[in-house]
Amino acid sequence: MVAKRIIPCLDVKDGRTVKGVNFVGLRDVGDAVQLGARYAAEGADELVYLDISASVEGRKTFCELVSRVAAEINIPFTVGGGISTVDDAARLLDAGADKISVNTAAINNPGLIDAIAAKYGSQFVVIAIDARVVDGRWMATTHGGRTATDRELFSWAKEAADRGAGELLFTSMDHDGTRDGYPCETYAALADVLPIPIIASGGAGCVQDIADVLTVGKADAALAASIFHSGEIPIPRLKQELNKLNIPVRL
Amino acid sequence: MIAIVDYGAGNIRSVLNALRRSLDSLALARDDNSLISTEAARPSGEPFGMRSPTGRAQIFSPEEIVLTADTAVLRAADKVILPGVGEASTAMKALSDCGLAEFIPTLTQPVLGICIGAQLMCRSSEEGGARCMGIFSTDVRRFDAAAGEKIPHMGWNSLFAPAPLPSRPTGETPVSSCPGAGEAPMSSRAQSRDLSSPLFKGLPEGTYVYFVHSFYPELCPDTIAVSHHGVDFSAALAKDNFFACQFHPEKSGAVGETILRNFLSL
Repeated sequence: MVAKRIIPCLDVKDGRTVKGVNFVGLRDVGDAVQLGARYAAEGADELVYLDISASVEGRKTFCELVSRVAAEINIPFTVGGGISTVDDAARLLDAGADKISVNTAAINNPGLIDAIAAKYGSQFVVIAIDARVVDGRWMATTHGGRTATDRELFSWAKEAADRGAGELLFTSMDHDGTRDGYPCETYAALADVLPIPIIASGGAGCVQDIADVLTVGKADAALAASIFHSGEIPIPRLKQELNKLNIPVRL
Repeated sequence: MIAIVDYGAGNIRSVLNALRRSLDSLALARDDNSLISTEAARPSGEPFGMRSPTGRAQIFSPEEIVLTADTAVLRAADKVILPGVGEASTAMKALSDCGLAEFIPTLTQPVLGICIGAQLMCRSSEEGGARCMGIFSTDVRRFDAAAGEKIPHMGWNSLFAPAPLPSRPTGETPVSSCPGAGEAPMSSRAQSRDLSSPLFKGLPEGTYVYFVHSFYPELCPDTIAVSHHGVDFSAALAKDNFFACQFHPEKSGAVGETILRNFLSL
């Protein structure tokens, strides 16, 4: 049985992690490689590095960071943020990324998914969708939830999978940051119609929230940032507790 | 010297990175005097010779990992690694075009195939109808979507020792006879037995490794580790000096590094 995955997400700006990090024992809490290595050693199943740099220099620094991550870290990692062409994806692949995630650029240009998947395989492409409920329908947003689109979540997710995305990373903008848990019924409905694995993101406040989305929500993986960075839910404890709940995890 | 077979089959960077990490940790674990210590020029373009994160200089020289399709170099290597990603029939054609499809089975030192590299060491693959090298007496099949599992098989799955295969007519679907095929959650299973192959020295049954694949080698007498994804399949194979992992040791955390160190120590 494939284990449910626990995935810390690191936001990176100009090569450094930006979210509040409350770890002791790290020489430099801003060092994205060191923090990733710490999570890997603690039992993270994968890592996600999101580039939130806005500048050309920041993007270049991020690519160099990806090379260092690939050299030092022994688990798979996904990189995202600002990937809008096949060349962008190719640079990150060459730097050693195992997967890339596309979000806004794929909404603006869905053919980007086909192009990257055709060249590097579906296992390399994660479609990230940020959505919120508008008039009773889940609608995709861009720019961190600030910009509405006319893409409905389920049809867009299915289209992305048909085009070759190998995984879905779905974040509810209605739940992100609330610490009130995930919209499990929506995740379960997505799992019922999509042939690809689903990563749940945004909303976790406690272990039970993560357990719920992996069972009731049928998600294959849970991604989180602040609960890990704050040290509030250490990964070893999270996995031990999930194991006690008979959720298959890699210990 | 460790030779990585260079036949143009995809990204070898993660294998290189993982070998470098494994060599680093082997070097730290062993008596330094037993190791070569030259400051050779590093091949341009590839980060063979980067320093370890501990700041300690590498004891292995960068040129001890060689990327090559040269049969003389491969023959002389202490260990040979056959990587591969992508599509099996394309990879097999690339290997044949390099003149290596007949050569690799004649190697006598330890050889490790990874992912597609492992599949090419089987008799055949359903992917593109590839006829492969036939080192292992098994064939590569596509996961059946009807089994209800997601394809590709992607993520961490556990390894179990193969059970003795029941005798059965050839061509029939293998019987799910190994531990790991039952209904009990893997995590609740007793994990006392060690996997017996020297490749898995120090690793108990139930150990998790990282997989990304849609095709799998069927169970056979050469199977040294079984995993389950709708069907039991060969997660690893061994015969004489040939070893193969369907999973990615280079992405399998500390366990993967143990497996690579075990291989490098054979």
